[in-house]
Amino acid sequence: MAGSSEYTGVDFYDVDALLSEEERAVRDTVRQWVDDALMPVIGDCYIEGRFPKELIPGMAELGLFGANLPEEYGCAGLNNVAYGLIMQELERGDSGIRSFASVQGALVMYPIFAFGSEEQKKHWLPRLASGEEIGCFGLTEPDFGSNPGGMITTARETADGWVLNGTKMWITNGSQATVSIIWAKTGDIDDQKSIRGFIVPTNTPGFTAKDQKGKLSLRASDTSELHMQDVHLPKEALLPNSAGLKSPLMCLTQARYGIAWGGVGAAMACFDEARRYAANRIMFDKPIAATQIQQERLAEMMTEITKAQLLVLQLGRLKDQGKATPARVSMAKRNNVHIACECAREARRLLGGNGILIEYHSMRHMANLESVYTYEGTHDMHSLILGQEITGIAAY
Amino acid sequence: MKIAILLRRVPDTTSKIVIGAGGTSIDPSGVKFIPNPYDEYAIEAALALKEAAGDGETVVVSFGGDSVQETMRTALAMGVDRGVHLQGEPSADGLANARVLADHLRDGGYDLILGGKLAVDDYGQQTGPMIAELLGIPCATAITSLVVEGGTARVTREVEGGVESASAALPAVFTCDKGLNNPRLPGLKGIMAAKKKPLEVIPTAASAAQVTIASLALPPERPAGRIVGEGAAAVPALITALTSEAKVL
Repeated sequence: MAGSSEYTGVDFYDVDALLSEEERAVRDTVRQWVDDALMPVIGDCYIEGRFPKELIPGMAELGLFGANLPEEYGCAGLNNVAYGLIMQELERGDSGIRSFASVQGALVMYPIFAFGSEEQKKHWLPRLASGEEIGCFGLTEPDFGSNPGGMITTARETADGWVLNGTKMWITNGSQATVSIIWAKTGDIDDQKSIRGFIVPTNTPGFTAKDQKGKLSLRASDTSELHMQDVHLPKEALLPNSAGLKSPLMCLTQARYGIAWGGVGAAMACFDEARRYAANRIMFDKPIAATQIQQERLAEMMTEITKAQLLVLQLGRLKDQGKATPARVSMAKRNNVHIACECAREARRLLGGNGILIEYHSMRHMANLESVYTYEGTHDMHSLILGQEITGIAAY
Repeated sequence: MKIAILLRRVPDTTSKIVIGAGGTSIDPSGVKFIPNPYDEYAIEAALALKEAAGDGETVVVSFGGDSVQETMRTALAMGVDRGVHLQGEPSADGLANARVLADHLRDGGYDLILGGKLAVDDYGQQTGPMIAELLGIPCATAITSLVVEGGTARVTREVEGGVESASAALPAVFTCDKGLNNPRLPGLKGIMAAKKKPLEVIPTAASAAQVTIASLALPPERPAGRIVGEGAAAVPALITALTSEAKVL
């Protein structure tokens, strides 16, 4: 039932007025889904280290996967602001759930849409949109994170197809995926231009996925290591229009765009929790909201959230005009995840001892956001991308 | 089967309400408006009946200012086929408002007219029964189940201490209560499709209101809590307070 949510987000600058009716409707529907379906289970999932895969059909039914891709492939055909609002609301729930949707949409469906043949698009996109197939994205390797161009996974052409060998690491959705997008070098190991993408069903002989255990962050998300030993693929597994390192980086730009919105959602969740807690928690016979130190915390959080939401909104409008350059996306990812980390930490502190409990959300967000700060281009790498943008000199 | 759904736009129940300058209406600025939650049961019931039958038409009908169109598009996004916006200013007179709706519905050929049992803003509980009366067709209020077979509808209602089952020949008016179903969320494709669905606007004028609001007042603030004591020694005082003051025991 609509309107049952206590959570209202943050809108100090009447940003709602800058959104269209459809954009607000999309935001509200996802917010309600997060309230109804995700919030009741997320604490337990986090403690158990379990991705709530029972929620996948509901997410698919709402149309959350690849929502900014065209309707002809079974997607919702939303603009990029509406897509961003989906990511914002999912991450208000949990970064791991947003990660799942980011990977499915931006890192699996997007490369098939951007680099795939018409047959590949017609076959895979509706199945991924409906959640019938779950995807993962294999770019990062144990020794090649910030430097993906150094990858040592290879794809060798044979008479009737390809043979893949290599290892991928930190792969979200890896062990539950039915299909993976694997990036590999088809030429010399020093040749970044020979990097191509492949659609690899995870039941292909020689392909194995192993859960990465012991995570203290993104505990409600699957993270895996992928091993490929002589994985034979037909010719049509290749994404024909993928060409060089630029192709996977284009996927990352899509995902980072969503993450920048997600950071706003996580920060809003923490601010909302902190504000309510401060109003109700009595210490020295008055609510802690009446103390200057907590007011300063809340003022700082609301200011940073407002700046961050305006940043991504304009970035979304630019993206709809084809002007969201990778450096512009870097700025938003870097800033918004950073302020989300700060908001989560300050909210956790405001909550005092209660803040370390799973029944509150800020510490879960705080721990999750350390991953988000690190993945999809670390905070530091985004500094260097911006540095290069400003000076014209690459410092990495 | 052709089903009309009566839809009201109401303030979100979590919104902080401020009384407007005239003292007889709320100040809408900064208030989030939503479909009346009880009307959402009516929408879901209509959609489920159409889906089960495999054919039919669902029409959402609203009486109000232009802002109701946004609320109507929520119903269209959930899957309702089309909308009719009876454009005008509803008053505090339930009968005058019901007449506007009944006049439109009379010749619409509807088998079923569904609405919420009440609107959560004014708690009027008048629209459904009054429309039935004006159209001369059966009505059951606050239904918690609905089965349509042939030309008959069977409904249940929660009454004091039990469940009442009833049946009525169609066409009929039913108002819906919590428990009837679990309304679906509008999906993203539905939201995009809603823009393209027909929404007919018909200017209307209600008859002169015979009921007017004299004033609106917010409920008194709840008094602060009271600590009656600590530990086991406080239990008798707590029981006394709960029995004689709060009267919940």
